Amino acid sequence: MSVTVAATASTIAAPHFEWSLLSPMLLVFGAALAGVLIEAFAPRDLRRPMHVALTLGSLAGAFVLTVVLAAKSSIFAAGKPGVVAAIGTVGVDRPTLFIQATILILAFVSVLLIAESSHEVSSFTPQAAAVPGSAEEREGLLAGLSHTEVYPLTLFAVGGMLLFPAANDLLTMFIALEVLSLPLYLLCGLARRRRLLSQEAAMKYFLLGAFSSAIFLFGIAMLYGYAGSVRLSAIATAAQSGLASSTLLYAGIALLGVGLLFKVGAVPFQAWKPDVYQGSPTPITALMASCTLVSAFGALLRVFYVAFGQLTWDWRPAMWAVAIVTMMVGSIIAITQTDVKRLLAYSSIAQAGYILTGVIAANAAGLSGSLFYLAAYGFATIGAFAIVTLVRDRAGEAAHMSGWAGLGKRSPLVAGVFALFLIAFAGIPLTSGFNGKFAVFRAAIQGGALPLVIIGVISSAILAFPYVRVIVLMFFSEPAAEGPVVVRPSAYTGLAVAIGAAATVVLGIIPEPLLSLASHAASQLFVR
Amino acid sequence: MSLYVPILALAILAGAFAVFSLVAGSISGPKRWNRAKLEAYECGIEPTKQTVGIRFPVKYYLTAMLFIVFDIEIIFLYPWAVYFDKLGVFGLVEMVTFIATVLVAYAYVWRRGGLEWD
Repeated sequence: MSVTVAATASTIAAPHFEWSLLSPMLLVFGAALAGVLIEAFAPRDLRRPMHVALTLGSLAGAFVLTVVLAAKSSIFAAGKPGVVAAIGTVGVDRPTLFIQATILILAFVSVLLIAESSHEVSSFTPQAAAVPGSAEEREGLLAGLSHTEVYPLTLFAVGGMLLFPAANDLLTMFIALEVLSLPLYLLCGLARRRRLLSQEAAMKYFLLGAFSSAIFLFGIAMLYGYAGSVRLSAIATAAQSGLASSTLLYAGIALLGVGLLFKVGAVPFQAWKPDVYQGSPTPITALMASCTLVSAFGALLRVFYVAFGQLTWDWRPAMWAVAIVTMMVGSIIAITQTDVKRLLAYSSIAQAGYILTGVIAANAAGLSGSLFYLAAYGFATIGAFAIVTLVRDRAGEAAHMSGWAGLGKRSPLVAGVFALFLIAFAGIPLTSGFNGKFAVFRAAIQGGALPLVIIGVISSAILAFPYVRVIVLMFFSEPAAEGPVVVRPSAYTGLAVAIGAAATVVLGIIPEPLLSLASHAASQLFVR
Repeated sequence: MSLYVPILALAILAGAFAVFSLVAGSISGPKRWNRAKLEAYECGIEPTKQTVGIRFPVKYYLTAMLFIVFDIEIIFLYPWAVYFDKLGVFGLVEMVTFIATVLVAYAYVWRRGGLEWD
């Protein structure tokens, strides 16, 4: 029908795109394309400096554009929460701009880690196509090759992460999900050391990620069948009128929820997290643990607050169960870990559970608490993984905890900063972690979820145990004779650690500016 | 509901036919086993033993990937070409942007030797 209408019309009206509202994302995607061109045409030894300048410059530029957008009064005119752009597919509102700005800063710090190049510390394989342990691999190592494709891939992933929480309809959200996931699958397999482990991680992440994408897509199909539209607001309207079969709606919520909770890494969809975090190159782990988590929670918040906002009573029980299991499983299994990266992975699972309590609150306080928590946790986790890249023995990063014994005696500064991050994860006062937990738990109590908060506090207490054990190991045990050493980082890693530590301390002592910014961002929830 | 009855009938018929064929074949057919019949079927060629750790060239897969990229491009180009005059300047700009984006990927493959066979 629509085809014949189009044929008889003399011209088809061009859709209106608000380019300026999309400018941060367009800048990142444009820079990613330019990065591919650098890869194609620039001489080999110029590629890395050009990529670093382009990647860091575009992320900083996109951050500035986001801030300019947030300051623009016309978007929020007449008390609106925001506007819908690009024929209704992208929502530009305060929470989204807050999330995007967070992602851009965290991506900037992660790229600093990725850009670390001193021969001792670079984390990426010289030739991904060479069989691990083969002559080709050795040849590449000796020739000093490196995969500079890492930079455009990172930019594509970050572009997807910016679009994911902004997507106002489910199809755009699915495309953003794929754009952010596909480069990450590749990046996971590029570790320089322990390459088989890295390739295994990439394979597992890819297979499980493909499953979760398929489930997400199935959920979209159900919701389209229910509402006759993939637009989030249309689904909300259809749910409110309650005319169609609610079986489709509940199936859709469940399937979509599984897809989103997988990306967040909530139990029972957490199986990929420890393996992938352990096997990936550590800078990529830092990128995933911070930016991907923020982006996935942004999308989760938007879907559950906008599309299913009227159905809070229907999805809450399931989300309660997921949050409880996530907090408990994450913290209990963390106790048994002997690998630093796996410990941080289980810690990340437990933290996802704490943020879920903010999601369950389903009010402005829950949203603002989640926003603050995500920013605070993102900085601390990048800093922690940056420290992991510095503690090395002859085989590369000394990921096994036994190597960390007595680190505080040999390198008190590095061990002290790592202890700071662990204390922040545990939520001890005067660190950003405490304020984050306080914000989400207070919102959960306001939302009537007191039991959930009690379980959250118990889980935090359990989770403090493995952290304290690492601190005791670093400061109160004798260093091993042939133990790992802390390498001298170049300015990149040093800056990343410094930013992470500074943010953790500042957000711990004077959280008020960011807290009020987050609550301002969340005050009117998402645009519909 | 009656709309679905023919589909249901067809499904039952198809299932019954499959079961009947297999059962009838296994009862009435002669059974003369030999070595070739017990091997995995590989389009009539003798199956090759797969040795672990040996690499075999996958050059064709690069060509196949490139083909998919241009195949998708054509899918978008056809409807645009049909309605070229009605879509106007906006359609032209969008299509040029799209082709330029694909061209970037193509330039990368070309410069990195993805089109060289040996």
